Amino acid sequence: MTALTVPARPREGARLRPVPWRRMAWVTWRQHRFALAGVAVLLGALAVYLWITGLQMHHTYATACHPARSLACAENFTGQYGITAILVSILLQAVPPLIGAFTGAPLLARELETGTFRYAWTQAFGRWRWTLGKLVLLAVAVTAAAGAFSVLFSWYNQPFLAAGYVVPFSTRVFDLRGVAFAAWTLAAFAIGVLAGMLIRRVVPAIAATLAVYAGLAFVAALWLREHYMTPLLSSQPNLPGSAWVVNQWYTKGGTFAFPAHGSRFVSAVTRLCPQNSPVSPSQCLAQRGYSQWSSYQPGSRFWPFQWIEGGWLLALSVLLIAVTIWLVRRRAA
Amino acid sequence: MNMNVIEASGLGKRYGGTWALRECSLAIPAGHVAALVGPNGAGKTTLLNLAVGLAAPSAGGVTVLGGLPAGSPEALDGIAFVAQDTPVYRNLSAADMLHLTRNLNRRFDQSYARARLNELGISLNRKAGRLSGGQQAQLALTLALARRPRLLVLDEPVAMLDPLARHDFMATVLAAMADDGVSVVLSSHALAELERVADYLILLSQGRVQVAGEVDDFIAGHRVLTGPAAEIGTLAERSVVHVRRAEAQAHLLIRAAADDPVPPGWESHPVSLEELVLAYLREPGAAALPGPAREPSEVTR
Repeated sequence: MTALTVPARPREGARLRPVPWRRMAWVTWRQHRFALAGVAVLLGALAVYLWITGLQMHHTYATACHPARSLACAENFTGQYGITAILVSILLQAVPPLIGAFTGAPLLARELETGTFRYAWTQAFGRWRWTLGKLVLLAVAVTAAAGAFSVLFSWYNQPFLAAGYVVPFSTRVFDLRGVAFAAWTLAAFAIGVLAGMLIRRVVPAIAATLAVYAGLAFVAALWLREHYMTPLLSSQPNLPGSAWVVNQWYTKGGTFAFPAHGSRFVSAVTRLCPQNSPVSPSQCLAQRGYSQWSSYQPGSRFWPFQWIEGGWLLALSVLLIAVTIWLVRRRAA
Repeated sequence: MNMNVIEASGLGKRYGGTWALRECSLAIPAGHVAALVGPNGAGKTTLLNLAVGLAAPSAGGVTVLGGLPAGSPEALDGIAFVAQDTPVYRNLSAADMLHLTRNLNRRFDQSYARARLNELGISLNRKAGRLSGGQQAQLALTLALARRPRLLVLDEPVAMLDPLARHDFMATVLAAMADDGVSVVLSSHALAELERVADYLILLSQGRVQVAGEVDDFIAGHRVLTGPAAEIGTLAERSVVHVRRAEAQAHLLIRAAADDPVPPGWESHPVSLEELVLAYLREPGAAALPGPAREPSEVTR
């Protein structure tokens, strides 16, 4: 040590502790309470409706449906409530995209549009931690709310399943039950957040979120879902009522003959079976040595399918959120 | 305090195909109110965004507070930034904004912030979006100062304000400077305002540093010579920044000290900062004062 040695100014950074995460909870609540209140009001109002009509429905089901698939049940229960249940399930399909678009899309887009990100991202909390904190808290909040809501819907829907009015794999209710509803809500939120970061304006980001979500939901329901597991094959004409028939076709002598639907089926039937035949087309084809095959997903696969759908949606959401945070770290101003 | 609050070397930022800032090397020492001046599009906001870590450089590098990487947690901790148009969350009350800022920082002087807002007559219950432009700017400045930063960075802080609000805003900045020794870097178009507050000047033009140095040295190093326009040729060897002709008279802004000899037939006058800045802005090719030698940010052991 000599007098010439200048003591190195201790770098404050060496012992700098970051601002604690828990402070982000207050910040998130304060800034997003109206969005969260909106979600609560939307789900709350729907829940009250489901609860009130559900109670009546369950009562009617208990009195009218002995046994569950009787004529009395069809007349007094499904006949009375079926249309309402269909409308409700269609309406509920719009809930996840609405939550995603109105909580997720403005989250970053509003900051970028109004310039407040210049304030938020220059505070000592640090911008990627700020983004991560908000995203995780809000994602957990909306996912949990959606999960709780779908439990209520499952209860509401239960009599229709029991009466055989709807099958577990029905496109209309599959993604409203189990873990799928929460997973779709999370995915909508993640899509919204990324759209907001990329587009940087609230209204276009909301529109983009709704469009992307609709595309993804259609693709999943119409093409992806039937491939989650290899379908079972059966040559039985009568499949269990809960089965989801993926495809049907006819074979003769062990080789494919024609599909069991569409124009090739119609032309085969008119060629092989006379118009005034006393037997039904399928019996007629069976008499002529054709056997009908079906590939189907049995109703017992409902939960594996739920977990597969929930799993890939969760992975997608985590990926989208990670990309968003990466963009926030990297790109700005 | 013997450090540079902002130090850039070969700093450049490109947006798409155009360079908003290029080849920028400068060192702004601590303990000053440093003014960043330049025409629109000169790269002032870009430079400040780079310094506070909002943007990442396309070329070169920038450090702050004696060698901290811009945008690092340590740097964010020591710098408070008030952006152009002083953004605040419009739907939050002033009290919420204080609480928000307190929660996002390690240090926050709540009693100072409350006292100042009280002094300014800004009600804590008022939504930030319902405050006047001047009050919003004061709120943003109060939030920044209550963080007790070592460096305060202000981007066009007074552009939207009326003269009275400008005066009050700058008075607050100067008071903080005097009380806490906070260094200030601000960009502004309001040249008259700068003359009152700034003691260090950086002139940016077309994305490059044209002038950097202490205001007093800058003013003392220039004179205006007034004389017959016909005799301009005799001054050819002088270092002339800008020539203004008025009828038979010519006004030459030259680089010279007050006691430099004046050629016969010419008169020498001191020059104001505003005149000087305008002359340099009109002559983007002229450069002056490379500024202090850049000090190594690491202290030799």
